[in-house]
Amino acid sequence: MKIVVWLLVLALIIAHQDIWFWNDGTLVFGFIPIGLFYHSCISLTAGFTWFLATIFIWPAELKEES
Amino acid sequence: MTVLIIIGIYLTLLVLLGVSSSLFSRGTKKDYMVASHSIGPFLLLMSIFGTTMTAFALIGSTGDAYQYGIGTYGKLASSSGIIHSLCFFVIGVKLWTFGHKYGYTTQIQFFRDRLDSNNIGIVLFPILVGLVVPYILTGIIGSGALLNGLTLKTFSAGTFPAWMEVDSGGGLPKFIGAPVICLVVLIYVFFGGMRATAWANAFQTIIFMVLGCVMFSIIANNIASEGSILANMQLASSKVDASHATRKDMSQSAFLTYMFIPLSVGMFPHLFQHWLTAKKASNFKLTVVAHPIFIFIVWFPCILLGIWATTDLVTLPPPVAAAPNKILPFMVKQFSGDAVLYGNYLIGFLGAGVLAAIMSSLDSQFLCLGTLFTEDIVTRYAGKDRFSDKSMVLIARCFIVAIVIACLALSFSTFISTNVFILGVWCFSGFSSLFPLVFAALYWKGLTKYGAYACIIASAASWLYLFKLSKYGGDDEFTIQLGSFDVMPVAIMITISTLAMVIVSLITPKPSPQTIAKFFPESKS
Repeated sequence: MKIVVWLLVLALIIAHQDIWFWNDGTLVFGFIPIGLFYHSCISLTAGFTWFLATIFIWPAELKEES
Repeated sequence: MTVLIIIGIYLTLLVLLGVSSSLFSRGTKKDYMVASHSIGPFLLLMSIFGTTMTAFALIGSTGDAYQYGIGTYGKLASSSGIIHSLCFFVIGVKLWTFGHKYGYTTQIQFFRDRLDSNNIGIVLFPILVGLVVPYILTGIIGSGALLNGLTLKTFSAGTFPAWMEVDSGGGLPKFIGAPVICLVVLIYVFFGGMRATAWANAFQTIIFMVLGCVMFSIIANNIASEGSILANMQLASSKVDASHATRKDMSQSAFLTYMFIPLSVGMFPHLFQHWLTAKKASNFKLTVVAHPIFIFIVWFPCILLGIWATTDLVTLPPPVAAAPNKILPFMVKQFSGDAVLYGNYLIGFLGAGVLAAIMSSLDSQFLCLGTLFTEDIVTRYAGKDRFSDKSMVLIARCFIVAIVIACLALSFSTFISTNVFILGVWCFSGFSSLFPLVFAALYWKGLTKYGAYACIIASAASWLYLFKLSKYGGDDEFTIQLGSFDVMPVAIMITISTLAMVIVSLITPKPSPQTIAKFFPESKS
């Protein structure tokens, strides 16, 4: 699981460079430009990824401390 | 005048909160500087988030989105959600462990031990202080612009001296607004130290997040007359041109290299001090998880407001259109002001919310400067017993006041860029270029003190050179051309500082085995 979480972090960093919506002006829900919507999803996914990180890759020595 | 009265009441409450927090003080230096390592997860989250979000996040992001469109969110908000939490996780928790174990209160103390170098502070201190100054400037410039923008046409000509009224448009001149904000922050920092700062930050973070959401919904409700807030937002967004609704005018390579800028949190001295306030390492978990979500809550509305300001639904007077820092205050005033439904009461509350974001960073920066000066310069070079505790506190306060006065003078000069976003980017870039140093200190046994010196000097030299090339931040779109690619200056700075650190470390004597054993205990076996 440790590797999966780090791969997720790496995937987020790569997904951040979204060339696919670069010139797309589509409005999601009629008011959010799709580029902004996509990056908002990146923010929320980052929160979830870091949640997984605190569960699966929190340093073992600090687990004992807490 | 109602606006100023409400903001005045808010500032008074803040001072009272800071002063009352001093009642909980244990009266020790450790309590003043790191709140006796007593901060729990919620307070840690709110104080760290409040510290990292400043005028840059609210006023700067709205202004930048007005100029360059939605790409502003990807440049710094979504990237920060990934990278900030990564830094908290891989840098913050580890530094907290060492700080707790060996009693550090500043970064320089850690580096001095880790590098076996008594004089690293002489090089690092002026650079850290020099980089905190532009960060403070963003807060000072932002607060002056905000108070002025919210009070436009409040004062008749001749109320203030003529030189203050230039470009003030009948609002509170920046020469009064900015110093008042600094004074309020100084008062509660002086009274309560880190405990007051953490309390005030938490209070202000709640204020600016709640009022930010309220502000957005009110503006969205009033920006058009389509019958519903959703219909208004749809109309506003449909009027945004392609250059603001997409990133078609933005360089992909510059966007990519913006990703280096959030690394700055790994080297912020004021954040280091906040990390040390945590009672235990597990208190970081909430911060690591919630930080990206909080960034979304604050930045998303600001970006939408910024791009809506480009449409014909918003009539910007030429002085506002020419000053991106004034876009947000102007929209607050235009769409929730006395001409609409809510009167000046709302503007006052909303202004207090934005000021909260600004002050929650200024307080940490002021406190950190005082701590750096007393711990790393006075105590280190004058001796621990040379001055009494009372004298030390006085020295720290005098140093902070001197820095604040210097920052105020700089913010009023035309020498430096007054675009909060650009100034913030330069400041963060400088800290980012020092990121390799803290990362290597924690994870690379081969880092030597000479390598560290090389890294710091290379960072400072490349920053100064590139900042000068950008006309001291005056060139808003300054990038470096590498063949057909535009890259942000931060990418060049990090490359240079990393190369200098690695090359010099490889050819200079390694740290002592005792130092390695102290900071890499797993290597003993």
